[in-house]
Amino acid sequence: MRIRPVGAHALLLDFTAPPPEVGAGSAATPASVVEAWRAELWRRREQGELVATEIVPAAATVLLDGVPDPAATAARLLGWTPAPPAGTTTPGADPVEVPVTYDGEDLPQVAAHWGTDVPSVLRRLERTEFRVAFCGFAPGFGYLTGLPAELAVPRLASPRPRVPAGSVALAGPYAGIYPTASPGGWLLVGRTTLTLFDVHADPPARLTPGTPVRLVPA
Amino acid sequence: MIEVLRAGALTTVQDLGRPGWAHLGVPRSGALDPDAMRLANRLVGNPESAAGLELTMTGCALRLTRATTVAVVGAEVDVWVGARPGDTGRPLAVPAGAVLRIGPARRGLRCWLAVAGGIAVDPVLGSRATDTLAGLGPAPLRDGDRLPLGVPAGPPAPVDVTMPVAHPTEVHLTAQLGPRHDWFDTVALDLLYGTAYTVSPLSNRVGARLAGAPLPRAVPGELPSEGVVLGAVQVPADGQPLIFLADHPTTGGYPVIAVVADVTPLAQARPGTTVRFHGPQR
Repeated sequence: MRIRPVGAHALLLDFTAPPPEVGAGSAATPASVVEAWRAELWRRREQGELVATEIVPAAATVLLDGVPDPAATAARLLGWTPAPPAGTTTPGADPVEVPVTYDGEDLPQVAAHWGTDVPSVLRRLERTEFRVAFCGFAPGFGYLTGLPAELAVPRLASPRPRVPAGSVALAGPYAGIYPTASPGGWLLVGRTTLTLFDVHADPPARLTPGTPVRLVPA
Repeated sequence: MIEVLRAGALTTVQDLGRPGWAHLGVPRSGALDPDAMRLANRLVGNPESAAGLELTMTGCALRLTRATTVAVVGAEVDVWVGARPGDTGRPLAVPAGAVLRIGPARRGLRCWLAVAGGIAVDPVLGSRATDTLAGLGPAPLRDGDRLPLGVPAGPPAPVDVTMPVAHPTEVHLTAQLGPRHDWFDTVALDLLYGTAYTVSPLSNRVGARLAGAPLPRAVPGELPSEGVVLGAVQVPADGQPLIFLADHPTTGGYPVIAVVADVTPLAQARPGTTVRFHGPQR
């Protein structure tokens, strides 16, 4: 972990993997380390051991914002060891089941990138234990990890001006579901009728960081 | 009740925003100059967190259906209550049914209007602020809109005059390097701190876009998305810096070369305003 200063009230915990060394053992992936630290920091904040207005996990970082004394906080962070993240199959971690109608217009493109056919893509997506790594792009938009790195797919060269709400899509190593209609360049594989963001719900987002997710047939 | 007779270019409901939801992708939003919004609220006897209006450049015209007190803080503007001229920076009594007109900004860009009782639209995630990026909160005002008012909490402040908001033609910002200054050539750091930038007309509540010497990168390629803060100086592929303001996205994929300590002067920076960066040591 490298702690990077961010202005006068924030810290960026950077878990970007260093370049691989010859003979190095298999290190934990940034996503699993990020999730472990997110959960640890959340817990420490709940217990009053950490003051931060925002704890924002992302692909390989966790941002702490609204920190009264970043230097002192950074020093304390170095003494904390996060517990490894709970597995998606552990008791109490019931996955959110997202019912998906697999009729996305980019399914053939995904199958081509994966070197397989559309039915195999669907089987793979339904079998994968996803987890919300982080949210961003729009309120309630969760970046779901779980697919192996070799199944990463590129974004569309030119984003669609409007992707309907509920669209289930892939980009890079992530799956995601558009909570509201918006422009978007992810490859569309299907759609769900599940409401993903409701300002009157608590929490307002169905897919919060750390949540296990399964994409089940509608 | 407020009746919107002329909404102006961009008039939005604002308060102190909705911090604490960034992990769900919800921007902070809120008044671009929270101190000005707080002052306007104190002048009319509101709690500082009450919702008011943020006016951009062209002003607006409103009819207040009940007798109340208002205060305007920010850009240099003309204010009329009916046919009577009023001042900015102090409480103004408005009779029931009178029209409050706020003229175009002569200097500066934005002002904040507080009304006794506050604007009582339904809060969304603890705030009534219009978020122009995520679309949360009430839509920007349109002619003919009607806004509910809350119950006044206390008497207006007993003041006649307050310090006017400064409107310099050149904005000086203190910026601390990081978190991704190591993605840039050292020349970029010299350019950032040593050359003048100009506020671009593409600036909005999401960010102040600057035009000037492009900042060359040392590390090519893309940065995995990471959390960003208010005041982050993000540098997209064209090398022209963008300073994140209240409606900034919660994560971004372009490297942040530095973070500006106080972005409120940018709330008054019209396109063409000169911006200079200084290190925190000065």
